[in-house]
Formats: sequence, C-alpha cells, structure tokens
Amino acid sequence: MSGYTPDEMMAVEASRRLADGMVCFVGIGLPSLAANLARRTHAPGCVLVYESGTIGSKPEELPLSIGDGELAETADAVVSVPEMFAYWLQGGRIDVGFLAAAQIDRQGNLNSTVIGPYEKPRVRLPGGGGAPEIAIGVRDVFVLLRHARRAFVSALDFTTSVGDNVRVVVTDLGILEPVAGELTLVAVHPGADPDQARAATGWELRVSDDLRETAPPTDAELTALRALRTKGAAA
Amino acid sequence: MAVVSLRDAVRELVRDGDVVALEGFTHLIPYAAGHELIRQGRRDLTLIRMTPDVLYDQLIGMGCARKLVFSWGGNPGVGPLHRLRDAVEHCWPLPLELEEHSHAGMAAAWVAGASRLPFGVLRGYRGGDLPARTRVATVTCPFTGEELAAVPAHRPDVGIVHAQQADRHGNVQLWGIVGVQKEAVLASARSIVTVEEIVDELQPRPNAVVLPSWVVDAVCLAPRGAHPSYAHGYYDRDNEFYVAWDPISRDRDRFLDWMRRHVLETADVGQYHASLEEAVVA
Repeated sequence: MSGYTPDEMMAVEASRRLADGMVCFVGIGLPSLAANLARRTHAPGCVLVYESGTIGSKPEELPLSIGDGELAETADAVVSVPEMFAYWLQGGRIDVGFLAAAQIDRQGNLNSTVIGPYEKPRVRLPGGGGAPEIAIGVRDVFVLLRHARRAFVSALDFTTSVGDNVRVVVTDLGILEPVAGELTLVAVHPGADPDQARAATGWELRVSDDLRETAPPTDAELTALRALRTKGAAA
Repeated sequence: MAVVSLRDAVRELVRDGDVVALEGFTHLIPYAAGHELIRQGRRDLTLIRMTPDVLYDQLIGMGCARKLVFSWGGNPGVGPLHRLRDAVEHCWPLPLELEEHSHAGMAAAWVAGASRLPFGVLRGYRGGDLPARTRVATVTCPFTGEELAAVPAHRPDVGIVHAQQADRHGNVQLWGIVGVQKEAVLASARSIVTVEEIVDELQPRPNAVVLPSWVVDAVCLAPRGAHPSYAHGYYDRDNEFYVAWDPISRDRDRFLDWMRRHVLETADVGQYHASLEEAVVA
C-alpha cells in the first residue's frame, strides 16, 4: 500500500496530533476524517464534539453534515446549540478545535467570509459559523488547508477568526507552526520540498533551520482511513 | 392553539414584511412550511436562521426575502448556496441585505429572545472584522469589569419549526438534535409547528423538547415535511438530494424549473414528494 493522496496525508498527520482523551471540536470533511481516524487508531478515547450538539459521537461512517443522525445516536450526550456554545465551548471544556478557511495569513488569522470587499464581494463564502468563538474558546486550534497562493495570502480580504491559538497548520505540502509569532514551515511531507511551499505561499515563507520530513502514512493508518471514507467526506 | 392545515396557518400567521425564523440545525428543518411560504408568494421577509441551507436558498432564489440574519450559509459537506451567492453578488432576483453573526452570537440572541431580555451576552466577536459589520456591542460586567460582547435579542414575528409529534391538543414533542428550536418558538410573537405525526398521547423520550400547546399558535400535519433534512426516528437525511441540489441551483433557469415543478405546481408536502418520485422515474 505505497500510494496515498495529499488529503490522506493531511488527515493522517492531523490525527497523529490528537492524543487519547483529548476533547475535539470537529467540523465536517477533513477534520472529521482526522478525528475519527485518531479514535480508530492511537486515540480510542478521543472525544468528538460536533457543533450541532453531539458530545462523544462515535460514528461508524463519516457524516456528510455536522448534524447527521448517526452523530446523535452514537453520542454520550446530545445538547441544544445554545448549551453547546455557552457551557461547553465558552465554558472551556474543549481542548482542540479544527478550522478551515478560504484564506490564512502569516499570523494564522482566517477568512471564511468573503473574497473581495464585504459590501460587494467577488465571492460570498458561507461565513464564520462557529469559527470566531472556536478560535478563542479552545486551547489549541489546528488548521487544515491545502497550500496555494490564493489561500496563503499576505493580507486577508476579511478576518473571520483570529490566529492567537493556532498551534499548527497542516497542508498538502507540509506543516507550519508559529515561531516567534509567524507561521513557519517546520516539516515537509515525503516528496515535497520547501521551494514548493514557498511558491504556494503569498508571503515570504520562513523555513525552519531544522526542517523535518513527515513520516508517510503507515499501512495501518491508511487501512483505517479508507474504511471510514465510505460515505460523505465531501471536503 | 389548533391543529390546522399548513396552508391556513401560513395564510393567517405570516404576512409580507414579517421577520420569520424557520429554524433547524441540520435536523428537522421545516421544508414543508418554507415551501408553503413560496407557494403563497410571501415577499420582503427578513429571514433569521443560524445555518441557512437549501431551504433558504430556495426562499431567496424565489424572491421571498429582503434580508438574511445568519451565521453560516452553505450546503453542508457539499459547497456554497448558489442562490444566496447570486443574490449577494448580483442582486438576483433581488438585493439581499445581510446581518451576519457567529454561531455563538446567534445562539445567545435566541436565548435572549426566549428570555425576553434585550440582548444576549457572550465572550466572543473578539478581534476580526465581523464586529464592524454587524449589530454587536461591548458591555462591561458590573462585578468583574470584564468586557463582553452583547448581541441584540432575536424577536421574530413568526417562528416556524418541524417536530416529530404532536398530540390532539397540540402539545408538541421533538427529540434528537434539538438545535435552537425551543428558543425560536419562545422568542417569536407567533409560531407554527409542523409535525410528522399526530398521536393520541405523547410518550416521553430521552432528551426531548416539549412545547406545550399554549405556546404554539398552529400545529400542522406535514409527514416527511423535513425532507431533504431528516426526522430522527422517522427517516434519514437525504444526502443525495443535498449533493444533487448543487447543479440544480447553479443555473437560474434550472432552479426556476425545479421550483415550478416541485413546489409551485404542487399543493402540499404529499404532492411535493409525489413529484420527486415521478422525477426519479422519468
């Protein structure tokens, strides 16, 4: 099982950062894939929280939406949406929050609101949803985002959420972490090189002096990952 | 409260220009009621919802809305809402005013509305560009001095939700992912609840929300009235429909044809489902 896709590399690398017992606020798509992979491999006690109100969901298949019935049926508790945001997120009960966006800047600030001016956008994006308070309400924010110049920009068109708690950005080329307040390339995935990452970044990307190479997905990780991708996984 | 037809409930309780919330957080989305608003040609509505999805795409594309108050507008797991985008980016079929919040802010605004408080309070909207573009202010805690965000309460003219069951007296019960439906009904001046089934007696369910008949203005029978979303214990989410909506909604003419065939030319939720089944066969 030598071949794997960039998305699989991203999901595997994100899942490795989740430890057993961590409580994760999970969005749909790659974050859901990563968190469920962690739960099925090295972190069976990882607690998956979906913003629709399900706490401790254990889905057999990946959901298409954050409110699929299986998330409620397999949850330890199902709470209302106001309770989710007030008691659990604002209450400081969540360790890790996954975020994605259309744009990121070097401080880890994210835009999921508009491309172009707010009043007359070229592209109206879905909007912040849970992101503004996830970004300040969890201990660690993990960002999953494919590397491209239109996404890694020197100035956001709109700041939807702030980057204060962003600890890692996993892309299809490598891993960025904040070093002295600026996202810095600290690892590249097998087959990628730092020049590719520089070329796909809209600011002058800092590269760590001791750049690492990410371990490729193991057979066990890929098997578990592919077993999950039977439905949805549209991201 | 009375058990009435959805047509009569919408005719009597929803007026042009009203502030209307059709809530549902991926589960129990009141599609049948939204379709009835479209059939009756309601205009100039201010639509409130945390997660406007395909139903609000349909209402916006059919020209029912003047303003949208929301926190996340997309087709979950699929992509953008093309009718929402077309309205915002190209004013088609009409310009659409946006009042945009975060989920936490919307949730707090719903709790405040149900509590008859003027605003909700939260630790949120910090940093970022959203505060400059929406109705949010800062309040200082009188006890600790902490600065917190204040969002104005939601107080719709009409709140509309879908539930699994009502009894013959109009008491309502819903369960599973319960979202903000209780808050939406209690915050609204008038309310309509569509239900899957009318039963002789409500059996208590784990995690259920019960709305006594005296907080609901109309209960309407609408079996499978949450399709393509789902009703826990009755039917699953039609994920294929959400995927299929993307190409349908991408093109204005194709969208209008679809709405004509499945909403405007059907009389109720039963005919809507019959028309979908015909389309699959055809």
